[in-house]
Parts: sequence; C-alpha cells; structure tokens
Amino acid sequence: MLNLVVCLKQVPMVTELPWDEKTGTLRRDLAAGMMNPACKHALEAALQIKEKFSAKITAITMGPPASEEVLREALALGADEGILICDKLLAGSDTYVTSLILTAAIKRECPKFDLILCGAYTADSETAQVGPQLAEELDLPAAAYVEKLEIHGRILRVRRLVDNFRETLEMEFPALVTVSMENYKPRYTELMGLEKAFVENDVIVLGAAALGINASLFKNKGSRTKVRKVFLRKAQKENVILQGTASAVVTEFLNKYQRKISTAIGKSIEEKKLNDEE
Amino acid sequence: MMKSKKKSIWVFGDYRNYYQNRVTLQLLSKAVDLAQTINAEVCALIFGHEIDEWIMEYTAHGADRILAIDDPALKSYSTERYLAIIENLAKERDPEIILIGATDFGREFAPRLAKRLKTGLSADCVGLDISQDGLLLQIAPSFGGNMLAEIVTEFHRPQMATVRPGTFKEIPHNYTRKALVERLPLMKKLPKSRVRLVEYERSVEKEHTIENASVIVCGGRGMGNKEKFKKLHDLAKLLGGDVGATRPVVYAEWADHGALVGQAGKHIKPKILFSFGISGAIQHTAGLGEADFIIAINKNPQATMMKMADVAIVADASDVLKTLIKELKKRIRE
Repeated sequence: MLNLVVCLKQVPMVTELPWDEKTGTLRRDLAAGMMNPACKHALEAALQIKEKFSAKITAITMGPPASEEVLREALALGADEGILICDKLLAGSDTYVTSLILTAAIKRECPKFDLILCGAYTADSETAQVGPQLAEELDLPAAAYVEKLEIHGRILRVRRLVDNFRETLEMEFPALVTVSMENYKPRYTELMGLEKAFVENDVIVLGAAALGINASLFKNKGSRTKVRKVFLRKAQKENVILQGTASAVVTEFLNKYQRKISTAIGKSIEEKKLNDEE
Repeated sequence: MMKSKKKSIWVFGDYRNYYQNRVTLQLLSKAVDLAQTINAEVCALIFGHEIDEWIMEYTAHGADRILAIDDPALKSYSTERYLAIIENLAKERDPEIILIGATDFGREFAPRLAKRLKTGLSADCVGLDISQDGLLLQIAPSFGGNMLAEIVTEFHRPQMATVRPGTFKEIPHNYTRKALVERLPLMKKLPKSRVRLVEYERSVEKEHTIENASVIVCGGRGMGNKEKFKKLHDLAKLLGGDVGATRPVVYAEWADHGALVGQAGKHIKPKILFSFGISGAIQHTAGLGEADFIIAINKNPQATMMKMADVAIVADASDVLKTLIKELKKRIRE
C-alpha cells in the first residue's frame, strides 16, 4: 500500500484581509478561509493515485483552529486521516520554521510515507518555498511544478514545464512533489460528504510540545525572515474612456497605444505612413 | 585561505536560455548598486561545462569576481549538485547576500539552498534596497500582487532573495571590464543526483504558463456564448499571449479550468491585459494585482473592471474583439 501525505494550507479569502499593523502579519483568526487552490490540485493528484492503487492519504495542515475545515474537506473528498498542527507559539512562522514543524509532524505520524504532495504555491504569500524546504529537511529527491505523475513500482515519474523545457524526471520513493495548477482539476465537494466528514472522522491535533519542538525556537529566533511592513499597492491608472462604434474605438485605441502594444508583443503594429521612405 | 576580507554579494549564474533570460544580468546590475552602498564586491557563480562565454558576459555586465567550475559532470542543471557546491563555497567564504533569478529553476533551487545554509529567503522580489540599518530590504508581492511586503533577514547570513525577471535593468556590456576569475575544481564528493532527467526538450513554440505570460486576453460571461468566447484565442495568438477566464465561464465550460484567473485560480502579471465582458467581481480581480496595463471592454461603463482599467472601451465585447482581430491582422509586422 502506498502511503501518501498531502500538505494543505488554509488561505484567507480576499474579500477581507485584516492585517495586524504591529507585527505586519495577517490576522488569520479574523479572515474567512478556504483551501489554497494549488493545494486542492495536490490533493486531487493524491486522490487519483488512490483510485488506481491501494493507498492511504494523510492530510496535514498547520494553522489556527479554523484550519481544521480544510482537513474536513480533504476527508470528505477521500483522504483517510487528518492532522492539524495548531499552537499559538507557531503563529507568524516563516517557511523555514514551517517546513521544520511539518517535518516533525510527518516523522511522528507517518514516518513510512512514500510520497509527499504539496501545492506549488499559496495564494496568500506565494513564496512556493515550503515544498522544496520540506524536501531539504527530510532529505528527499523532489520536483516542483509537477503537471503529471505516474507510478511504476517504487519509481515516480513526473512531467513538468520549467523555463521553456518540457521535462520528464524519475526518482525513487520516498519523494516529494509540488503540484502545479495546470492539470488535476479538483473535484467537487459533495455537501453530504462534508457533513459526514465532520461527524465521523477524527482529526488529530498536535501542539508544538507534542512535536518535541523547543519554545525558544520561536522567540523570533526560529523564523529567519521578518516582515517589517506590509502595504497595499496602489496602481496609478489612466482610466481613459473610449466610446463609439466598434471600428471607431478599435482604430482610436490602436492609434493611441500602438507603441505600447508593439513593445509588449515584440512586433510592430505601428501604422506605416503612406509616404514612408524605405 | 582564499577568503576575501571584503563583503561579497553573490549572483547565481542562471545561463540557461541566455538570450531570452536576462535575469542574471539584471541581478548583476542591481548587485553593483547594492555593493556600492555596503562596500562589497559583486561575485558571479557559474557552474557548467564550456562556460567561457558566460564568464565573459558576466564580467562585461558588472561582476568583480567569478567563481567558475567547468566540468562535464555539470553539463545539465542539477538542483542536488548545485546545492552541494554552493553550500561548500558559502561555508568557506561567508557571502553577505545571495541573489538568484526567480526562474522556475531558481524558485525551486533557492529555498533548498536557504534551508541548507540555515538562513532566510524571500521569494520573487520586485524590489531590493539597503535599509538604514544596513540590511537587504526585500520587497515581495503577496495576495496576487495586491499587497507588497518589506522583508529582512536580521540575524542570519547570507541574506537571500529570488528576484523576478524584468525587475531591474541590465548595465550595457563593457568587454574591457576585468574580473578576478577563480576557476575551481569540482568538489571531490559530488553527490549523485537522485532525480534523473529522463527526457527533455526545449519547447519549439514559445510556451509559457499563464502566470508568466506578458500578454493575456481574459473573457467573461459578457462574451455571450462559447463560440464567441473561443475567438479570444485568435487575439491571444496574434499577440503571442494566453487566454484567461472568469469562474462563471469555466463553470459553463467555455474555457478549461487551467485558464481560471483569480482567487480560486491563477494570479497573473502581464504587461498588457485585455478584459472582455468581465464585470470585475473581487474573486476575479484578486488575481490581477500585478497587471501593468489593463484594457477593459464592456457595454456597462459602471462595471468594476471598467473602473480599474487604464483604457475602458464602452462597447459590445464580442464586436470589439472581431474588429480588433481584423485590424491587428492588417497591422502586425514581424
């Protein structure tokens, strides 16, 4: 049986973004959450493996108590076990510490894993760092931005597009992949399944102490990076309004912005003047 | 010891796709800037086989020192091997800063390197500076570029950042510049790569993911129907761009899930974004924080998308699309 671990993150919905001005971090306790889109794709990849082979899926998340919701969602979709790492001590951890803690949880709860799947990046901080750093911490062969996975015995074969190269890579289990959003369209959560998952399954909750993590790690010494300031990017928009028939507005638009468009597309769309000399 | 007393800013030489990917040159230029402020040298790293061309180029573009390893064993990019090599060098020489281009390779490689060096890393920066207390100030986007964060690594060295291609301007080359070139032997215990490259091919057509496309044509329900929506691909093709879609359109199966732009899908950062028949619900606009120049086409001038556009065209989206394709076909010259 294959042992799969899927790392999930709950990210805030963008409709409200409460920032803690003092610490420069997001007040995750105040924001309504959802499962990070790329994590959904990673979960989908795991579910498709489970449909083909005999496999057990352990879903892990780290966050405030409310992030249990993403575990329930994963259980409803077909994950077998949910682990929530939840401790006030861990609030504001950067990717360095996050990967350290996930490692401790994986070593404790599912040390015999074959494959760890993460989303390629999260919609909130978008660092794409936790997956690769987890691979480093666990000393695993890994591939990021994976579009397709195949399993042949103990060999994992993956395909991906990186920097204009189409690559096929192979590695032996245990391994780690981060899954892109190109493939593995997430399946729909049935409401019934979700209700059932809330009633029937237990989620294991672990604090820092249970993971044997030393509190001194978190007195601003654990995290390597510090966010000094967060600010809204206010773009200055021209807001030119064009009105009229389709052909009139298109001509006006192209004449006004021909240089800008030519630069962006790397081809000229500037109109030749009739008396242009060669 | 070869250890140099002066502080050093290292730039990882990401030479693959050299003629399209100028990010290393852009980083060298910024490193020259930063080096002046903190009185440091700029050092380029080049690992590969037959790398003299890159040694010459990086010297001409601002490097003071080059650490080069030229060996057939390094013929193709390998995360695991580069990790071992740089870990060794960094432990021996204590660089103050390491900058890496936020290519796909860099985005996968840098986090592992930072972990191995037990230091901090910020991702995909769109600005770098030196703070008043002498730290590398790393400006990184979050929430689809709607927010920017100022990040520092206070207590650990090196300070590391990946930087988005196109953020900085390269210095024009100067082939009379000189750099101290250190040609180093390959380390003795080079680890075996556990990830095997079975097959690879350079995409013939300029292939990209929508996250990296410089022109994107997005469509929403205002396109009317699936047939009309499909015409967006003609425009995208003419402009060398990609097609994006809103959630209702993906649900209606006018577009693939991979084209979904917004909170539940991709965050995009095109130089030019065409937005056809999109009202601009926050679930969609959440993914547009880094679009440079937005052209919105909608019958309703009050739509949010029209208000956040640089150019708002008040007309039927499908009509404008057809006319625009026709006009561009007449005008585009290679």
